Amino acid sequence: MELVYAVCVGFMSTCGIFLMLRGHTFTLVIGLTLLSYAVNLFLFASGGLTIGAPAVLSSSENYADPLPQALVLTAIVIGFAMTAFAVILAMRGRADLGSDHVDGIEPFDPLAEDKSQ
Amino acid sequence: MHYFWVPFLPMFGIIVPLLANKLNRSACTLATALLPALALCLIFLDLPAVLAGESFSKSIEWIPQLGLSLSFRLDGLAALFSILILGIGLLVILYARYYLSEKDHMGRFYCYLIMFMTAMLGIVMSNNMLQLWFYWELTSISSFLLIGFWSHNSDARKGARMALTITGAGGLALLAGIILLGQVVGSYELDIVLNSGELVKQSPYYLAILSLFLIGAFTKSAQFPFHFWLPHAMAAPTPVSAYLHSATMVKAGIFLLARFYPVLAGTEVWFVVVSLTGLFTMLLGAYTALFKHDLKGLLAYSTISHLGLIVLLLGLNTELAAIAAIFHIMNHAVFKASLFMAAGIIDHESGSRDMRKINGLWKYMPITATLAMVASASMAGVPLLNGFLSKEMFFTETLEQSILGSMSWLIPVLATIAAAFSVAYSLRFIHDVFFNGEPKGLTKTPHEPPRYMRVPVEILVTICLLVGIFPNYTIGPLLQSTSLAVLNHPLPEYSLAIWHGLNLPLLMSGVAIMGGVAIYLNRKHLFKFAGMFPDIDAKLVFEGCIQACVTWAQKITMILENGSLQRYAFCLCFFALLLIAPPLFELDTTRGSVPGTPINGAVLVAAILIIAGSLATIIWSHYRLIALLMLSLVGLVVSITFAYFSAPDLALTQLSVEIVTVILLLLALYFFPQQTPTSKSRPSHFVRDLTVASFIGCIIGSICFALMTHPLDSISAFFLANAKIGGGGTNVVNVILVDFRGFDTFGEITVLGIAALGIHKLIARMRLSVRTKDYAGRLWAKDKYPVLLSVVSQSLLPLFLLISAYIFMRGHNLPGGGFIAGLITSIALIQQYLAHGVDWMAKRVSVSYHYMIAIGLTIAGLTGLGSWIFDRPFLTSWFEYVSLPWIGKFELASALVFDIGVYFTVIGATLLILASLGKLTTKERLTVGER
Repeated sequence: MELVYAVCVGFMSTCGIFLMLRGHTFTLVIGLTLLSYAVNLFLFASGGLTIGAPAVLSSSENYADPLPQALVLTAIVIGFAMTAFAVILAMRGRADLGSDHVDGIEPFDPLAEDKSQ
Repeated sequence: MHYFWVPFLPMFGIIVPLLANKLNRSACTLATALLPALALCLIFLDLPAVLAGESFSKSIEWIPQLGLSLSFRLDGLAALFSILILGIGLLVILYARYYLSEKDHMGRFYCYLIMFMTAMLGIVMSNNMLQLWFYWELTSISSFLLIGFWSHNSDARKGARMALTITGAGGLALLAGIILLGQVVGSYELDIVLNSGELVKQSPYYLAILSLFLIGAFTKSAQFPFHFWLPHAMAAPTPVSAYLHSATMVKAGIFLLARFYPVLAGTEVWFVVVSLTGLFTMLLGAYTALFKHDLKGLLAYSTISHLGLIVLLLGLNTELAAIAAIFHIMNHAVFKASLFMAAGIIDHESGSRDMRKINGLWKYMPITATLAMVASASMAGVPLLNGFLSKEMFFTETLEQSILGSMSWLIPVLATIAAAFSVAYSLRFIHDVFFNGEPKGLTKTPHEPPRYMRVPVEILVTICLLVGIFPNYTIGPLLQSTSLAVLNHPLPEYSLAIWHGLNLPLLMSGVAIMGGVAIYLNRKHLFKFAGMFPDIDAKLVFEGCIQACVTWAQKITMILENGSLQRYAFCLCFFALLLIAPPLFELDTTRGSVPGTPINGAVLVAAILIIAGSLATIIWSHYRLIALLMLSLVGLVVSITFAYFSAPDLALTQLSVEIVTVILLLLALYFFPQQTPTSKSRPSHFVRDLTVASFIGCIIGSICFALMTHPLDSISAFFLANAKIGGGGTNVVNVILVDFRGFDTFGEITVLGIAALGIHKLIARMRLSVRTKDYAGRLWAKDKYPVLLSVVSQSLLPLFLLISAYIFMRGHNLPGGGFIAGLITSIALIQQYLAHGVDWMAKRVSVSYHYMIAIGLTIAGLTGLGSWIFDRPFLTSWFEYVSLPWIGKFELASALVFDIGVYFTVIGATLLILASLGKLTTKERLTVGER
């Protein structure tokens, strides 16, 4: 099971980073979100995989590791704030610069694109 | 212990001229001079003890671990320099009052001048090397400000920049040298460093330390090959040239050599490098000075030459040489400052400094002429003046030294030649300016300056004479104690007499004077000879070098930073790869000793969904809406994964965040092109990115696997054991968040709040074009708020709120808590926004989300502060079980209040983001509709 989990984490990271390296802001944000899923899963796994033993105290002897969970919980919320900031920044960039390219080369003419739509 | 205040008095004095600027000029001058004068008095109070051979030091610790302290010392060397700095400084203040015109901002000038004075005093009195360096750089900065004082003048600006670049770069070298020296000795305190000479000289770093110190000293004291900045610094007002660029700042480098003489001097390298640099600079300066037509240019090169002379003396391997060097420092400061002031008077009263124009001024300003002639005679080394005495000592020492082995005789010969040139340019100064016909083409008739403008010159020239005639009574004791401070051991015998009998040095002086006269008489031929060489403008060369550096730096910047985020991200990923990959090779196997859990069907299905979802996101990344849907699929499976692996809190959080994120991205997508153009990305980039991404993915996966299969010693047992006893809750994750690691959570909700406010600001004033059709060319639906959705969502709202309240209340003991409850409430409200629109909601919800963030943070913060009332550290939690009739036993905990803060912040932040964005879509859509 660990192997499958690790493969998933690795695969998600690959896809996330690949999308982050694309030349448009929206794709980048999607990549960022995907990568943050992967990172959250990765952090979570550092406490090991436990089934059916949540860290809620009862008479049970065996509990999942609560510390990575607490870390990941805040990471999810902060990750949301980061994604939101990135996407709004991208929008603002597009509004002010007239382009959603991040490759630094292509000149962009919003009118030309509007015509094509 | 008066001296400890000396560096502070001028420091307080920096603002005095600015405050006094409103008064009339004389009052402003007086106010400015007050504190330096007081400081000078303090030095004189301590002087008797210093003359008796004592040295004081006092320090106040600041950061002892780094060797940083506020530490001042007063010994002979510091006292001598302080008297020079404060004494000449006061004269310059007086002089500048008459020199500056009505147009010049007098307060600003004095402010810079006093700042320089403070810095210079700091250098000479510092007992801590780092502190010394700090003041050293401060002199460079104040010198920059003073050279560029007439900032409308392009020469002044360029000269200031050049001086700052050269001396600033030297200062950085010095810092490196100081740090190395401090590391070798183990302390930055001069008391200790000065007594560790042997240790330093035997250290393998000696050469490095020496070179760095020499670079620092040579740049500051304008030694070859760094001498070229000094003539260009002459664009400064003349009081500045007199003060900084002849009497004090350029002596800072020499001071440094003298100060560290016991530590660094005494080796073969020191003797050869220092003396040859000095010798060459002396010759170059003396030769060039003769051919300058500008009065200040002549004096500038003469200064370079004399600085070279002093450096040469410090580099000679005889003990008396250092004493001669110190003696010449004083003498040069006195006669050169007076000469500069005289030159300033001439410039001021005749309107020109060009020696081809100003001739025969004797008739117009006889008193100034007499003073200038005495001072230049001193510069030439004429007997009965102070310059003669130190030059005589200099000749004696050049004869005694033996640094060049059998070629050592060259040094006295070259010294005599330099002295002859010195006589020649002094003669030129006297003859060309005061005699040699009539002035040509002057704009105004020259006349004597105002009475008090001459006073500083008179005082300095009197000192020249007094020292020259009665050296033992005037300067003897101070010279003695200074030399003691420099050599750091008992002094050898020396005498300060005017007449030593007929000997070789006297003969050399005679030869120099005769030679000088001969050179001057034949000056026409020499000028013709010098005219055959191309005139190299140091400024152009320097600017060229700077330009080349800038171009080079721009090229490198362009390679690294071409505006492409892709490239930055690639570099970042690539270096991350380089950094994380090597440690992995040290791990023998990926699979550790922890037995794995068997796989089952559910996990397999989830894995397939995740992989398929991620893959689909990439494949359809051009169709942004579909990519987004695929992404949300992955997010959903991730939250199920959390739930499956015993993390219900995470699952709940992920699920609600997922919903909010998707809504947010959908809203944002409304403003973006719906499709990404496909043809743009190059195939090579595609391969490159895929390779890097795959490598990193493989590494992350491997680490993840290794992490799960290797035994782990976790601190989690502590939390499990103490959650109930210490935190009063059974949901350990929540207890960690609001109690054990409450401070982290507090930081995190603060970040969340800041991010939301930042987003709000980004959205405000955003101008966007919105298209009226979707990607397939269909018009947007006219039905903005479907009735069904409105009705259902409205009826669901109470239920939602109830659930969130429930989740919140049980959070401490069962999965839930402030974060999750906040997100659920947010979703409930967002649903209302979706169903009814922003305007409908604005009428009904009067809460401002900004305030909600503030309130949430305040509640959380106050809960934390509350523990201070009970004398506990910030965010210490408290809980108690209370019983009430009918309700039964329940728990009251301060952590719950903290969680309310979290709850409100999360709602405020989430809704601020989404509502602001939503409002934007509504507004834009209205305008589109109106079109």
